[in-house]
Amino acid sequence: MRPARTYPDRRDDVRLLVIDPAAPAEGGLMETRTPALPHLLAPGDLLVVNDAATLPASLRGSDDAGRPLEARLVAARGGPRFAAVLFGAGDWHTRTEDRPAPPNVAAGTRLRFGALGATVGRQPAVSPRLVELRFDLEGDALWAALYREGRPVQYAHLAHDLPLWAVQTVYAARPWAFEMPSAGRPLSWEILLALRRRGVRWAQLTHAAGLSATGDPTLDAALPLAEAFEIPAATARAVAETRGRGGRIVAVGTTVVRALEGAAAQNGGVVRAGRGETDLRITPAFRPRIVDGVLSGAHAAHESHFQLLAAFAGADLLAAAAAHAERAGFLTHELGDSMLVLPGALAARAMAAIEAGT
Amino acid sequence: MAHQTQRVLQGQSALVTGGSQGLGRALAKALAGAGARVVLVARHPEPLATAVAEVRAAGGEAHGIAADVADQEAATALAGQAAALVGPIDLLVNNASALGPVPLRLLLDTDCEDLERALAVNVVGAFRLTKAIAGPMVLRGSGTIVNVTSDAATLAYERWGAYGASKAALEQLGRVWGAELAGTGVRLFTVDPGEMDTRMHADAIPDADRAELSDPARVADRIVALVAGADAGTASGARVTIRVGPQGAGAVR
Repeated sequence: MRPARTYPDRRDDVRLLVIDPAAPAEGGLMETRTPALPHLLAPGDLLVVNDAATLPASLRGSDDAGRPLEARLVAARGGPRFAAVLFGAGDWHTRTEDRPAPPNVAAGTRLRFGALGATVGRQPAVSPRLVELRFDLEGDALWAALYREGRPVQYAHLAHDLPLWAVQTVYAARPWAFEMPSAGRPLSWEILLALRRRGVRWAQLTHAAGLSATGDPTLDAALPLAEAFEIPAATARAVAETRGRGGRIVAVGTTVVRALEGAAAQNGGVVRAGRGETDLRITPAFRPRIVDGVLSGAHAAHESHFQLLAAFAGADLLAAAAAHAERAGFLTHELGDSMLVLPGALAARAMAAIEAGT
Repeated sequence: MAHQTQRVLQGQSALVTGGSQGLGRALAKALAGAGARVVLVARHPEPLATAVAEVRAAGGEAHGIAADVADQEAATALAGQAAALVGPIDLLVNNASALGPVPLRLLLDTDCEDLERALAVNVVGAFRLTKAIAGPMVLRGSGTIVNVTSDAATLAYERWGAYGASKAALEQLGRVWGAELAGTGVRLFTVDPGEMDTRMHADAIPDADRAELSDPARVADRIVALVAGADAGTASGARVTIRVGPQGAGAVR
């Protein structure tokens, strides 16, 4: 499969591969388009989204010896302190795995990103490229400088630079995400309001999506790092009510799965409201306790995002899905096509509605 | 702030454009006095810093972001910075306005670029920021947007053509916003504050008798009451006319 190189004509009208683990064999796959989403969920289901806005997390600058580098923020550590991954000279036109290593910066090294200065703090043992930065500014002045000097993290597979507006979902609120929670990209208000008219509820949480890849094999093996999340009381209530009434919980993206399952794992299987941090990794062996289905970007079979889907559907069905997506030319990555794994999505009623074109 | 006896907006976050002078500055004070965490947006950093300091000195929480709402790159950055500082926005006040060159000119003498600038700030700038902030409001199921308009939108004042046309467009957007947001928990009001004793008014009508103009602080208190729900009968999408009457002689701007 190829990565999408530019925007679709409409963000809310991309290809959607529906994977229904509850359907009888042979019947578990269907290709449609994202405007059909309201028919694929049922009244009483709960759609949970990550409302984190995407930060301009990529800062270009140099160290005190004038050596060029790029810092990609990966986690907030409170006030002026952020964890960051350093890259060497060059920019997004070069794949991260082909970028030169950053200069080795010791604790105490001064870095400068345009008008924004920072000092390198302690370095966790994972990789010398993962550092803690302490910016010279705080509060209003720090946020102004970050938005002035920073750019969204860019991707070598794209044909052009991504501006800040292009990496936001339509419901983006607090800027907690270091890369776009892109599974929600095809959700327009047209689709969200149609879901609600159908009796599907929404709820939101905020999850600090970190970097998806750094090009450094040692560091990539350690990803995702622990990520912060916050679950509002209304969302915890909606999850409990939905489960109590037999509705399905549909997570929009990996970050929502991690937040809900991470929160539940820390609370004896119950999603409670509040802030937390999770380093939960969703592997094929993981048995979700909260989430029934996932809306995700399309990914190739070898990618970790695709492997996450193995927690929600069997290996044979996923292999068939990957083969279909490959054959049909699905586009992957941030601006690409979508997949929905949801038991019961292809029940007769949904199929009839889609075929009738309503 | 003397008019605010109750912290009716305690815990809420507000963003006010055009926050460094006139009604915006008075509103920032009134909102903070009612307990809101306020972000002020204005183009020029110095008057913005003064307005922020004024709110803080009175015990309120205020933050300043220097930006031009007509800058198409600015809306996403503004919304992000504001939410980073005070949390998801509960109240957006689109108050920033471009009057155009003064003395105001007849339409026959108005440069097309001046009409474009009025539309860029008063219509498109407000629209862009509303789009960025109303989305998360709809998701949460609550929020209020206030667009500040003028009677120049509905009456044919000579020399107010470009400004009036931009405000008329803002008002029509407000009616459709109201219709489209019905049932979402998000309200939008278009507020006509009347003639106030502000620098914009002095720029437009330098020889006006200031005693005849309204005090923006009193208008601000009425807007706070409106968004706090004191006037629960006002329908979303409505055009709300606020007339607090002349401030009388001896007013200090």
